[in-house]
Amino acid sequence: MPERFYGIRHHGPGSARAVVRELAAQQPEILLVEGPPEADDLVRWVAGGGLEPPVALLGYAADDPGRAAFWPFAVFSPEWQAIRWAVANEVPVRFFDLPYGYRVGEAAAPRTRPAAGKPGAPGTPEDAPETGEPGTAGAPEDRPVADEPGAAGAPEDRPVADEPGAAGAPEDGAGDGGSGVPAKGVADGGPGADGVPEEIVETDEAGGGGIPGEAPGPAEPARPADPIGELAAAAGYDDPERWWEDVVEHRGVPVFEAIAEAMTAIREGAAEDPEDLVREAYMRTVLREVRRRHENIAVVCGAWHVPALTRKVAVKDDAALLKGRRKGKVTFTWVPWTYGRLASWSGYGAGVSSPGWYHHLFTSTDAVVPRWLVAAAGVLRAEGVPTSSAHVIEATRLAEALATLRGRPLAGLAEVTEAAEAVMCDGEPLRTELIARRLVVGERLGAVPEEMPAVPLARDLTAQQRTLRLKPEAAERGLDLDLRKDIDLRRSRLLHRLRTLGLPWGEPAAGRRGTGTFREEWVLRWQPEFAVRLVEGSMWGTTVLAAATARAIRRARAARTLAEVTGLLETCLLADLGEAYPAVLAALDTRAALDADVHHLMAALPALARTLRYGDVRHTDVAGLATVTASLLKRICAGLPSAAGSLSDDAAKQLRDGMDGVHQAVSLLADNDLRELWLATVESLARRPDLHGLPAGRITRLLSDAGRLDPAEVRRRLRLPLTVGTPPAHAAAWVEGFLAGGGLLLVHDDALLGLVDEWLADVPADAFDDVLPLLRRTFGSFDPGERRAIGERVAGPRAVVATADAASIDEERAVMVLPALGALLGREIRIREDL
Amino acid sequence: MTALRPHAEDEYADELAQLAAADDRPRPPGWRLSPQAVVTYLLGDGAKITPKYVGPRRLIEVAVSTLATDRALLLLGVPGTAKTWVSEHLAAAVSGDSTLLVQGTAGTPEEAIRYGWNYARLLAEGPTDAALVPSPIMRAMRTGSIARLEELTRVPSDVQDALITILSEKTLPVPELNTEVQAERGFNLIATANDRDRGVNELSSALRRRFNTVVLPMPANADDEVEIVARRVAQLGASLELPEVPAALEEIRRVVTIFRELRGGLTEDGRTKLKSPTGSLSTAEAISVITNGMALAAHFGDGTLHPGDVAAGILGAVVKDPVSDAVVWREYLETVVRERPDWLDFYRAARDA
Repeated sequence: MPERFYGIRHHGPGSARAVVRELAAQQPEILLVEGPPEADDLVRWVAGGGLEPPVALLGYAADDPGRAAFWPFAVFSPEWQAIRWAVANEVPVRFFDLPYGYRVGEAAAPRTRPAAGKPGAPGTPEDAPETGEPGTAGAPEDRPVADEPGAAGAPEDRPVADEPGAAGAPEDGAGDGGSGVPAKGVADGGPGADGVPEEIVETDEAGGGGIPGEAPGPAEPARPADPIGELAAAAGYDDPERWWEDVVEHRGVPVFEAIAEAMTAIREGAAEDPEDLVREAYMRTVLREVRRRHENIAVVCGAWHVPALTRKVAVKDDAALLKGRRKGKVTFTWVPWTYGRLASWSGYGAGVSSPGWYHHLFTSTDAVVPRWLVAAAGVLRAEGVPTSSAHVIEATRLAEALATLRGRPLAGLAEVTEAAEAVMCDGEPLRTELIARRLVVGERLGAVPEEMPAVPLARDLTAQQRTLRLKPEAAERGLDLDLRKDIDLRRSRLLHRLRTLGLPWGEPAAGRRGTGTFREEWVLRWQPEFAVRLVEGSMWGTTVLAAATARAIRRARAARTLAEVTGLLETCLLADLGEAYPAVLAALDTRAALDADVHHLMAALPALARTLRYGDVRHTDVAGLATVTASLLKRICAGLPSAAGSLSDDAAKQLRDGMDGVHQAVSLLADNDLRELWLATVESLARRPDLHGLPAGRITRLLSDAGRLDPAEVRRRLRLPLTVGTPPAHAAAWVEGFLAGGGLLLVHDDALLGLVDEWLADVPADAFDDVLPLLRRTFGSFDPGERRAIGERVAGPRAVVATADAASIDEERAVMVLPALGALLGREIRIREDL
Repeated sequence: MTALRPHAEDEYADELAQLAAADDRPRPPGWRLSPQAVVTYLLGDGAKITPKYVGPRRLIEVAVSTLATDRALLLLGVPGTAKTWVSEHLAAAVSGDSTLLVQGTAGTPEEAIRYGWNYARLLAEGPTDAALVPSPIMRAMRTGSIARLEELTRVPSDVQDALITILSEKTLPVPELNTEVQAERGFNLIATANDRDRGVNELSSALRRRFNTVVLPMPANADDEVEIVARRVAQLGASLELPEVPAALEEIRRVVTIFRELRGGLTEDGRTKLKSPTGSLSTAEAISVITNGMALAAHFGDGTLHPGDVAAGILGAVVKDPVSDAVVWREYLETVVRERPDWLDFYRAARDA
């Protein structure tokens, strides 16, 4: 047989095994693998020992590392096994898919592809791309590839569709793997999302969104229907994945001819994807070229492509399709990958959901189910859950019974998982999840040799270091930044972003504090292991910004406490991670809703209010922040009353400080409804007789300052604690709460001073002795200078008249001040006409 | 029939007969139906067989397979997730008899699980077969049917352990008579236990190992739950002979929405996180809130279900702990209910409740 086509299912262990077997039988002279031809040189690395799957080919535009795509390979990927076989047998390997450079080139000049160029192509490609931004547009779908900085770094799980860079592509491309099936899932533009080399199938993920990455816009009409889904449905399977497992993987004998035939039948009836046509035209072109020199050829590609490759097509038609494409310069390298990234749940475009299971299927030759369940028992034992061999036996029996009940030839992943859940996990979801994480997905991390060319993240960092004139040095040195200067601001952001990536090149120095918010001090020290972290970090994104954004989002999702999220929010501001902001806000909202401790909520509010009021939050969704802040305040108001009962002295102090913070924050918010809500809550609190003295006094003061209590009422309340019915400790706390921190205020606030003065004068002579110690306790905490000033004010004349004078303002002169005032405050000041 | 509530095998006798007639798959020894037919009986076939349980198919498949492998089945779930309901129907479908039932309580004695004695006879005749009073489980072993044990975790630990021999050796020794009762093929045990009451009498690991555990979840989506509530409310209304009240699907949907949101700690639109109250807010509670509201509307109202009729019931279901749950409910009212324009009536009613 001169040439053979192996239509495989991407990441299908059964296909992988079969391909190797067939290759050994065929002994081809050359192997063609679906993949980016620019990576041909990298095949040699497979021979050395350093490359351990899972690894991914990373391709990126040489001039813009932000545009990149990944082609992951696991040990059970048929492509990987085919390449391994070829390398071991010294058979040359060529990748023969459409070069990635074309996509990059197209992206740069999206319009260069003349529609006329391809006669006959149904549904011109043009309409497809273009929905997104130029950057993404050109990209063929199934090659995920988020090429755009935005998308690449895109926070995971953001369904790309709404993200500028990513034109949410429905990624139907997936269709082509035999496995086909539009990878529906996984909308996330995660860093990883970008990369599926090709449609890898995996239908079970809900998602529906697009893969970031390119791709014809969501409206793309000509999508081949899910071919495997159709085959599976015809065979009576509701889940195409299981059909594959039963019919192909479990039999272990994929009949490549039969698959090709089935695909031919399906493709005849299905709409063609224009991108597929272009790719296949290129593949045929390469194939023709190879045929000139070789007889015995093996071709490994997604099953979907097989019919197109075997079909007779005139050379000039293919040439016409490929004409006029511009090729961009791209660079390829190997990067380590993980099974977690390969699994769709961590945001991989069209990943497989159970790489660990596939790995097991691929590596274990006999007793698949018992071995798996023994491993599951091992995972549970490692966590201290007693799991006996009897459990394994019973789980195996149950898995087999389930398979029989469902009429399957062998227990599959669904059966073993359910059996493990029922027998070994006692129905505990945490244990089930543990097995899913450790075993079904697996935690295997790939490795690449050290001499591998640098990853784009490292290049991006080097470029930034150059423009910012910051040299990595192993010696420690200090760095003083003045954030009013643009370059220093950018330096600060870079350092903050690197810290987010777990790369503490700069540590903020404790140094001088309080010298103004525009000053930052850092201690810089470059450590050699940062290079490794950069490689690890490259799975988050290809630029520092994108990677830091993705990382921040991941951390926001994983955060367990409110404080963590508030910290992240601050990081987002400092590092200017605008893209991460909405996700962090959402996490904040979530944590706030779940945090039952109102003190935590109160502690979180002031920072938010400050940000909202003063923060120059570039690219920030201020509306989102306002909503979150408002809902936080509402939660505080709902929870405060129940948190204010039966407090110890320490707790009372905490509550008082919290309320002070919230009160200030509320005044910063300048929202009358919220202010009203807060004051109403405080008012209702003030009426509670059981309230600790400290917050009670404080509340009275707050309400008095806010003008919610008239002086007579304040005097009445001031008097109450000092009456007979009040225990002295409560009275002392009350007075402290009312007056504390107000030394300077008493000097300047005549109304307050008058109030206190009158009240003091009102105290009956015989009660004064009792009151004195309480007052001493409060006034004793003031500065001596303040105390003297208060004394002088009380003794001296009052500036009562001044208030009357203040009423006559020369409006014209006052108006002249406003522009300067506006410049200082950074906001426009308007004069209300009605006054 | 005048029974307030007929047994499953009587109420659905027609369906069971139909399934048995059409069932040509192999039946495990002692089973009335094949495992596949049992699954169909529980989940319905979309035509003649009504669904008894609305939920994930795989759970029922695991449960039925467990019974077929002669392992005992433990149904776990918070109150109101149809544990007892499922166990009754499983027993009815597998052995045609759901009455071999032991209700577990803190006072359940060992005799309820093994056997007791008719003391009059014991005194008169000494220990004989005739003086022996078999427990439902012993009778199930003799006849090869499914026995049911409700609320297993409420049973004292030493009594629970009486099950170990029965489940592992499938035999029940009677030392007084120097005999034993060996289980006929087809015997098995379905126990139910409540998640939230764990710790009351945690199963010993030796016993635990004899059970396969199936956790029955809350309904997965609002439409399922509305369907469950509406169907059960209609059935209950009919059997309790409540005056006819127009099917208030809107109110049912509202109650279900509130329960789901509070239970899941997230609004249905996925935008607002909520605190969850301490109660379980099960579907069964939603059913009783609605039934209760219909009774109120029929007897004391104008015959239509208004928000006011269900508001008090919801409040009672949500606020189980007067302090923390009240906060949860208030927060929910103010941040969620109030923002929904078409829920204004309900908001007012709930505030007054």
